[in-house]
Amino acid sequence: MRVWKFGNSINTDLITPGRYNITTDRRELAKVAFIEHRPEFAKEVQKGDFIVAGRNFGCGSSRETAVTALLECGVAAIIAPSFARIFYRNAINNGLLLVTVDEKFIAGVEETHQLALQGSSVKNLTTGASTPAGVSPMLLALQKHGGLLTFLKTHKIDELEQVQQ
Amino acid sequence: MVNKMAGQTLAQKILSAHAGRELSIGDTAVISVDYVLAHDTTTAWAIEPFHAIAKKVFDPSKIFIFFDHAFPAPSTQFAEMHAKIRRFCTEQKIKIHYDGVCHQLMAEEATYPNTFLLGADSHTPTGGAMGAMCCGFGSTDAAVAMATGKAWVKVPQTIRINLEGKLPLGVYPKDVILGIARDLSSEGANYKVVEFGGSAIADFDVPARLTLCNMCAEIGAKTGIVPADAQTRAYLEKQGRYKPFEELRSDPDAHFEQVLTYDISKFEPTVSTPPDIDRGVPVSEVEGTPITQVFLGSCTNCRIEDLAVAYKIMKGKKVKEGVKFIVTPASRQVYEQGLLNGFLLEFSKMGATIAPPGCGACLGRHMGVLGDDDVCVSTSNRNFTGRMGSPKAKIYLASPAVAAASALEGKIADPRKYLK
Repeated sequence: MRVWKFGNSINTDLITPGRYNITTDRRELAKVAFIEHRPEFAKEVQKGDFIVAGRNFGCGSSRETAVTALLECGVAAIIAPSFARIFYRNAINNGLLLVTVDEKFIAGVEETHQLALQGSSVKNLTTGASTPAGVSPMLLALQKHGGLLTFLKTHKIDELEQVQQ
Repeated sequence: MVNKMAGQTLAQKILSAHAGRELSIGDTAVISVDYVLAHDTTTAWAIEPFHAIAKKVFDPSKIFIFFDHAFPAPSTQFAEMHAKIRRFCTEQKIKIHYDGVCHQLMAEEATYPNTFLLGADSHTPTGGAMGAMCCGFGSTDAAVAMATGKAWVKVPQTIRINLEGKLPLGVYPKDVILGIARDLSSEGANYKVVEFGGSAIADFDVPARLTLCNMCAEIGAKTGIVPADAQTRAYLEKQGRYKPFEELRSDPDAHFEQVLTYDISKFEPTVSTPPDIDRGVPVSEVEGTPITQVFLGSCTNCRIEDLAVAYKIMKGKKVKEGVKFIVTPASRQVYEQGLLNGFLLEFSKMGATIAPPGCGACLGRHMGVLGDDDVCVSTSNRNFTGRMGSPKAKIYLASPAVAAASALEGKIADPRKYLK
């Protein structure tokens, strides 16, 4: 497991640029993740890696490919102080774990560090720092059901109002 | 904490009506949607999730599929993507619209006050100009909405922005929203609704409001919204589809997360510098920057009113040698108006390249892709690195007036000197 660190307002054009975003093949898409912004990412990323980023991760277009590509790359979680709205929803619907933490914790993380998600906190195993982890209740609830689409195979959509309880 | 007894915001009222019960801010609710929008990229990704949960769409007449992001197909890959979507639409009896940018076409032909539009495109908030909740979603949400006619939403907070005063010469709604974006930042309205009000908003016609609401996507908003009024009625009448609507408003005691008031008479022509939209500066700070391309297009700013602004500045002059000036009308209606009133012929004589209606160069797929050394003034909504092509290219966002003046000079220019 390693950490990939990114700055503030990483937009979806950086994650899956429009010019490459022309396939519906998930594997092909995984190859273009950060293709220009961080060309080594798609080649070296391993299942279970964390993305640690600044504020407003995933801003910009509604392209769900940004979530799909990172999921397909095996990213275990994205840890950031905030996420852009549509990216956040797309992650919830697809079961990509987004973890909200405070900015100070992010500032202390370097790519050489080891992180661990422990219950409702994120721990930096290298520095010993720890911080509460915010995860959308809808994301947690849908994860239990295997994601939105799996939920809807056996439930009516109106039942989503109660799913978080 | 939100006072549960407080009055309701406009967004709350619209969402409550679509949930069939009164909602509080922060509630999670499943609501019915009035229209589902998706286009030639997001539809492709909605097909598989749709088939995972349904056989037939809930109502083909409420589903609007657009070929605009890469139409006509610029490559075999896109042609295949279009073919895949066409097969889906034929099977589901859904009409495909080929007449321009989805958001412009929805405003011209469909979006109605007090409705809810679920759009698989981030600039769906454009339609908030019609007094509707128009929110951007991903392809899975679009698939679910196509299958069920419903979506889950969280009832958002509202930021109220009051605009007062009159726009000075050479300053346009684009300058106002670029200024607001600079102040609020690209995440300033994240998860929230931006509701516009104030005395100046009554003077803004629907095309101006479309520009304002379009850019609310760029500050993270769930939607921008302008309460429907006489301007909305006038626009609907002009489009030949007026039916009486209720002029819904936020209650006087509604809870706003923030209230901001701007005197728009103090705004200047504003240019958003690369690579983020919230890096707006007065045009004077970047005046003289050499450019290679001007893109007058997109759902933000290529309506007939925008062509008129550019024409006024460029009339009788020529595009600077070496500058590509690309005019991409937002819709077939705009294109035909531009043909009829002569703007497009005049632009062509000035040296412009007239592209067919659609998204055009905005997202770097065709009809104006930027190379490494290109510097573009664009009337669109995003100046992200690589947005219009090469990650080395630079994109400056501006009003059609700044774009026109810059096309004449081959460098970023202040339009005001052409308007005196």
